[in-house]
Amino acid sequence: MENLQTIREQALAALNAVQDEAALEQWKVAQLGRNAALTQAMKNLGQLSAEERPLAGKQANEVKLALEAAFDEKRSALEGARLRESLSSEKLDVTLPGHSIALGRLHPITQTLRRVNAIFAQMGFQVYRSRDVETDEYNFLLLNFPPNHPAREMQDSFYVEGGAPDNPTLLRTHTSAGQIHAMREYAAKDPGNPPPIRIVLPGMCYRFEQVSSRSEVQFTQVEGLAVGENITFGDLKGTLTDFAQRFFNANVRTRFRASHFPFTEPSAEMDVECFVCGGSGCSVCKHSGWLEILGSGMVHPNVLRNGGYDPEKYSGFAFGMGPERLTMLRYRIEDIRYFWRNDMRFLEQF
Amino acid sequence: MKTPLSWLKDFVDLEGINLEELAHTLTVAGLEVEEIHYIGLPMPSGLQQTKVSGLSWDPEKLVVAEIREVGPHPNADRLVLCRLFDGEQEHTVLTGAPNLYDYKDKGELKPPLKVAYAKEGAEIYDGHQEGMHKTVLKRTKIRGVDSYSMVCSAKELGISEEHEGIIFLPADAKPGTPLADLLGDAVLTIAITPNIARDANIYGVAREIAALTGRALKPMPTDVQAAGPKIDGAVKIDIKDSELNPRFVLGMLRNVEIKPSPGWVQQRLRLAGMRPINNIVDATNYAMLELGEPLHAFDYDVLVQRAGSKTPTILTRPAKQGETLTTLDGVERKLDDFTVLVCDTAGSLSIGGIMGGLESEVTETTRNVLLEGASWNFINVRKTLVAQRMSSEAAYRFSRGVHPAMAPRGVSRGLELMRQWSGGVVDAGLVDEYPKPAEVVQVAISPADAKRWLGVALSNEQMSKILTTLGFEIKQQGDGLLVTVPDHRLDIETGVVGKADLMEEVARIYGYDNIPATRIADALPPQHGNPPLELEERVKDLLARMGIQEVMTYRLTSPEEEARRLPPETTPDDKPYVKLANVISQERTVLRKSLLASVLEIAERNARQRQRIALFEVGPVFHASEETLPDELQRLVVILGGQQQPADWQAADSAAYDFYAAKGVVAELLASLGLHGLKYEPGEHPSFHPGKCARVLAGERQLAVFGELHPQVQSQYDLGAHTLQAITLNLDVLGELVPERFDSRPVPQYPPVIEDLAIVVDESVPAGKVEAMIAQTGGNLLAGVTLFDVFRGDKIGADKKSLAYQLTYQHAERTLTDDEVAKLRERIIRRITQELGAQLRA
Ligand SMILES: [Zn+2]
Repeated sequence: MENLQTIREQALAALNAVQDEAALEQWKVAQLGRNAALTQAMKNLGQLSAEERPLAGKQANEVKLALEAAFDEKRSALEGARLRESLSSEKLDVTLPGHSIALGRLHPITQTLRRVNAIFAQMGFQVYRSRDVETDEYNFLLLNFPPNHPAREMQDSFYVEGGAPDNPTLLRTHTSAGQIHAMREYAAKDPGNPPPIRIVLPGMCYRFEQVSSRSEVQFTQVEGLAVGENITFGDLKGTLTDFAQRFFNANVRTRFRASHFPFTEPSAEMDVECFVCGGSGCSVCKHSGWLEILGSGMVHPNVLRNGGYDPEKYSGFAFGMGPERLTMLRYRIEDIRYFWRNDMRFLEQF
Repeated sequence: MKTPLSWLKDFVDLEGINLEELAHTLTVAGLEVEEIHYIGLPMPSGLQQTKVSGLSWDPEKLVVAEIREVGPHPNADRLVLCRLFDGEQEHTVLTGAPNLYDYKDKGELKPPLKVAYAKEGAEIYDGHQEGMHKTVLKRTKIRGVDSYSMVCSAKELGISEEHEGIIFLPADAKPGTPLADLLGDAVLTIAITPNIARDANIYGVAREIAALTGRALKPMPTDVQAAGPKIDGAVKIDIKDSELNPRFVLGMLRNVEIKPSPGWVQQRLRLAGMRPINNIVDATNYAMLELGEPLHAFDYDVLVQRAGSKTPTILTRPAKQGETLTTLDGVERKLDDFTVLVCDTAGSLSIGGIMGGLESEVTETTRNVLLEGASWNFINVRKTLVAQRMSSEAAYRFSRGVHPAMAPRGVSRGLELMRQWSGGVVDAGLVDEYPKPAEVVQVAISPADAKRWLGVALSNEQMSKILTTLGFEIKQQGDGLLVTVPDHRLDIETGVVGKADLMEEVARIYGYDNIPATRIADALPPQHGNPPLELEERVKDLLARMGIQEVMTYRLTSPEEEARRLPPETTPDDKPYVKLANVISQERTVLRKSLLASVLEIAERNARQRQRIALFEVGPVFHASEETLPDELQRLVVILGGQQQPADWQAADSAAYDFYAAKGVVAELLASLGLHGLKYEPGEHPSFHPGKCARVLAGERQLAVFGELHPQVQSQYDLGAHTLQAITLNLDVLGELVPERFDSRPVPQYPPVIEDLAIVVDESVPAGKVEAMIAQTGGNLLAGVTLFDVFRGDKIGADKKSLAYQLTYQHAERTLTDDEVAKLRERIIRRITQELGAQLRA
């Protein structure tokens, strides 16, 4: 029985000396193989008496299990060491650049338009689109710009050849031209009792202006229109403040200044607190703390009437904003001409 | 409009008011203050709600001083040395001011001259430099004499650009007084929108300030001291068209002495942006700036002479078409029949409300002045301004509307100022023709209107108080108010429009800030989507997912620019352009007909610096139509060129975009939109390579054309090494085809059998036909046919190609047997062998 104990001690000592997997395999053959001392000892169990045999067998088995366990342990230790060694030799230069990905992007104005439309959609405003080429009637007259009215001076138009002399064809100067189309379309559904309206009108507009870093011959605009039986100037303030807080940030303050647009009365410009400096004054807000964002007002009674809504019964508000300006403020873009030039070095930043 | 603070103070007390806050109050109430120009008063630091400019005068360093004696400079004839007292001590100050020469060597001056004195370190404008540049006064030596301070010119103080001599101050000015206390001023530049044309004058702004700040407004200055005889019989008025000229008023001032106006008058005119001329002309301008009624002064004796020494008659009439008049600016003007002329019996004198003629103007020798104030139809004035391409301060006001009631007020004010400044005597009364009196406008409002429009509860008292401060007359009527519009404004209408007009006035003065922000309580309208927009957005998203960049381009272009999309010899299509009648640039003369041309321009712009071009645009093209308005047709264009994947340090160059890459984009786009079973066939389009162009048909309708651009088109753009593929797609057609929904397919539960099939066919047999025949013959059990190789070469012979397909057999409910598959395969091979002459390839 001392023999088994010796076998065990010698085997474990030999295992201790093993340094690699080849040596481990040799050890296994030597200690647990057919010719191993333990194997011989176990074969010899048969020569023992019936009384001795169970105990000796048990002991021999214990030694075998112990050696096998030691073998497994050694093997995983060696494997672990080998893995560590190989991992340490497989080091990459993690500072090399990643592979280029051909990402397709939407134009920044599309992105801004989507944001604006989505915010208003959640407030029940649906998108209504109308045409780029309009008549004087829809672009001006029905919006309460009489012929030769001083307000027309603020909007220099591109006229199209061949229009009627008393109702020239022109490129719309604002998406407000769509207001009348929309109101008439809605009113036609039930002329005696026209339904409420809540729409935004995004689209391309045109002005006869020299191109510069601040003005373009074409620009996008989002007009908004809400008409109903109980719509107030307070609703205008609330709705547009909600918009500003969604578009810029939740805490931004708004300010409404009296202004003038022929198709609204009262009219208001909305400023938001400068989100660059937080209102303390910086170059973006020209040290005023405020940024001009949009024009708005209560729909003029003449415009309601022209749209088929009785101004004695219905009221509404309208607003208009420039996605280019919103985008320029948000990303501090200095030159409006970038938008239609479409240089990839500009576009791929968004 | 430039509004000097000192002038406003004539009509409203501004004591203790913060200028920045005042500007902000005006801005918020709709009189946008664009700039505050400081003349000596302390300027704000830090946050500037309003843009500021100008100069503050340091109260320690810029003070009143008295010159006690003017002596010669030892080394320079053109300089003098002044003995000057600044309230604390005497200094010797050197100056070259020519208006001091007269006082040189006169000993002690009695009384002393009061001047503006700048001490060392004072910030002033540099008088010797062209333009207005600030500088700080430093100690120096001029011609051997120490100099550390100076007496100032108007330019050095920033009062005006004049630097002829130093300015003299009133004799009672006390030495040592900060100059800003005496002369400090500021000019507010106010943007006058069309609805506040009534405020294009000092009194109008003062009225707004009074209403907004609750301060008292002084009465309008219209008193005139008329010591002369009655004017009756001096002149007659004959108005031919009272629509165009509702009122005409004349007043008379006799025995004037034409000379410069008092200094303070000249100063105010300059600050308001006008040039002083002489006391008579200045009085007309001053009265106009003050009250808003433009005036015109005639030399009365010239009129009498023209009338053959009889009583002159002033008549107003529309011009005859082509009639001419030489205006004050020296231009001979050819007039239209809507232009209104002021004439006498000898001929025309001036263009009504716009500009005088040369002949009857006030000159140095004028003795008796006839002063005109009138009322003109503002629309007609505008038409004339546009036709004549002219502008004037008078026309600026008349073209925005001046109430007829202002005419006699303006004339009275003008006469009184002329009297004060010229020493003449005013005739009693005015000659006043008023054939078309303005209607008195009355509007009824009530608290319910304020609630409905503004969403705020305002009492009759609150509204009444606000409107009264603006000059409205209020009477209680029923539950509300009857408001009478004052006769200085034309912007308030009657009825429901008038209510809106008044609500604006109430809201403005009540303060937009005081109206609570609310959410819409009104019913939500019926909700419906916008399918064309939603489709466009899906298309944009799909293309962006394929790595293609969206662009947005100019919709205005030129036929020449668009012609580049076609080979040079192509006859252009006969669809006419939508042409601009007024062109701002030769590059933008028409609305585009081709979206392809728009995107090609962008491809060209980026080609030189990019190895990969992948662009798309969704937008309209415009075709002139029989209708009034052109057709606006929604299109998609994709341009592809260069490498399909961007190169980097590790990946080798990827495949270039070619015809099949473009086809992949088309096919994936349409499949993703749920469109299947479309026909692709060779296409024809002048912009495309004739052999590398395909069109996509849905039934008989052409949905898209795509392929490689024609080499002659490519060569008309600077594209570097790129060869471009293009896709043009009709979004209007697409919108009609895209299904609202589709049925999905279940994922098969049984294993498929996958086999390869390689065949050789004649080059002329289109691959699409082979694939269609395989698919059709395979029927339901053939779940997929995928071409994985096309091979040409000696091994298979000339004019032949090998096509290798992977066929996937699949039964939905069980596993197919080898026998079934073999039979199906046999049938497919038999058919393509017989019908297409295909040979099986080993
Ligand atoms: Zn800021």
